[in-house]
Amino acid sequence: MNIFDLSPAELEALRLSLWVSGWAVAISLPIGILVAWVLARFDFPGKSLVDGLIHLPLVLPPVVVGYLLLVLLGRRGIIGGWLYHTLGITLAFNWKGAAVAAAVMAFPLLVRAVRLSLEGVEEGLEMAANTLGAGPIRVFFTITLPLITPGIITGLILAFTRSLGEFGATITFVSNIQGETQTLPLALYTFTQVPNGETEAMRLCIIAIIIAMAALIASEFLARRFTVHMKG
Amino acid sequence: MLDIRIKKRQGTFFLDAAFHTQEVGVMALFGHSGAGKTSIINMVAGLTRPDEGRIIVNDRCLFDSTKDINLAPEKRRIGYIFQDGRLFPHLSVRSNLTYGMRLMPPAERYMKFDQVVDLLGIEPLLARRPAKLSGGEKQRVAIGRALLTSPALLLMDEPLAALDEIRKAEVLPFIARLSNELSIPILYVSHVLDEILKLADSMVLLEAGQVVAAGGIEELMSRPDLQRLTGHAEYGTVISAVVARHDEPAGLTELRFAGGILKVPRFDVPLGARVRIRIQARNVAIALTPPQGISLQNIFPGIIKDIEVNGNGSLIDVHLDIGCPMPARITLRARRELNLRPGQRVFALVKSVAVAREKIVRPNHTPTPNKNSHSPF
Repeated sequence: MNIFDLSPAELEALRLSLWVSGWAVAISLPIGILVAWVLARFDFPGKSLVDGLIHLPLVLPPVVVGYLLLVLLGRRGIIGGWLYHTLGITLAFNWKGAAVAAAVMAFPLLVRAVRLSLEGVEEGLEMAANTLGAGPIRVFFTITLPLITPGIITGLILAFTRSLGEFGATITFVSNIQGETQTLPLALYTFTQVPNGETEAMRLCIIAIIIAMAALIASEFLARRFTVHMKG
Repeated sequence: MLDIRIKKRQGTFFLDAAFHTQEVGVMALFGHSGAGKTSIINMVAGLTRPDEGRIIVNDRCLFDSTKDINLAPEKRRIGYIFQDGRLFPHLSVRSNLTYGMRLMPPAERYMKFDQVVDLLGIEPLLARRPAKLSGGEKQRVAIGRALLTSPALLLMDEPLAALDEIRKAEVLPFIARLSNELSIPILYVSHVLDEILKLADSMVLLEAGQVVAAGGIEELMSRPDLQRLTGHAEYGTVISAVVARHDEPAGLTELRFAGGILKVPRFDVPLGARVRIRIQARNVAIALTPPQGISLQNIFPGIIKDIEVNGNGSLIDVHLDIGCPMPARITLRARRELNLRPGQRVFALVKSVAVAREKIVRPNHTPTPNKNSHSPF
């Protein structure tokens, strides 16, 4: 068994997985940082409700999240219908929907990591920057954001790997369509359901392990680079 | 010019402070912890908002509750040096220094980078990160960073409090140089009288959020009624004197002051300079006749103005007038034996080595507390 000798279907699943996860993280990162910042720095009525909603995907069965997405974002759903009729965007049963499902599932992990990091940033430093002539937006980008780099790295890795592993919400929301929504876990599952699919399943399993390890090592490496940078 | 009149309620603490001064120099806000010193400068910096009042710095209104003016901190042009330095850990010393400078239009900068680096002696640190600096170095960089924004006023919140004695001695002269060489007005918060005597020109005494007294250091330090706040053991006279003569062979310097000539161990200060000296009451003795055969160099004739029993009753403060006020702290027993009474002519004896030089003094300017503040003025 040659692990690098992938069949077109396997290659497609790998490519699609990276593509979908990449998009999922790209969409959720800026929103996640914003939400984490609001939750860490402001008190407002209904804050615990917002906090709870964000964390819901973490505690709900993924299939339930997928079903909710289908109801809300499907072409006849409340949001999905609007998206289709005004912007011409369809999310159900294509890779965009898979990315949305992955993003929703990974979002709480991202927000948690960034928020934890934000709460560790001394507000005194931001005040010092204020007195030096920097307005709130400049302070955020020149002081706050660089200081929460470790939290962002952790959040990114967690969100990316969570997206790669997304199964339940994806299969419920966008189904298992080869070349469109069949990501690596879905392909692996499919191979286990057909006769003589063990070799392919094992290959995909090993690829999944390699990607996950690579992501962890990359995160460690970046975190260490950051520490070295701070210590000068 | 500084005109501050602010009120703020924080829980059970009520701050109601008002003072103004024509020339700021180094103005100290002095009081015990919890007196409201930091609250005041946080409001001057715009980090917290007073409930009501107004804050005017150099004819520029930063806050006025009646006119609904409240400038954001980044628009106030006020440098703030925090107790804990607050250098940005992710930036090099150089980037920390230029952080605020770059936000200031070049036309409005009056501080030059090289000049500040030179003044604070931080050239060797420029490439380092804050994590690699000692406490004293951090504080010097923090001072430089605030200076480089070319501020209209510098606020210093106990900048030496987090440092050990050696580091304090390292940073203090730099702060003294700021006021002497750059003439930048400074509001200096401290609860350490020693620092204030070495740095400040005037002082605002705070207690429980209220201004108790405001004025020149010499005046306030010599007021017996303020001992409670300025410190019992520290009580004495603070006078400004002119360096009249250096007696090189004897290793002495002669200082001319209102009471005559004071001989002290050699001061390394040019002739004609004004210096602030402090003589604590416990270092002044009293004699009925000019003593003979004594090692003391300084003997001043004077009149007893007033005698006051001090604190626990075993000590007496004798307020002498020798051309300027000069309190002497003696024991109850000594008073009885000498039979001292007000109006009596006596001699004040001051040991040369007990004269502490505090500061090279600049021309006098004193703050005036506002009438509506709860001050005894």
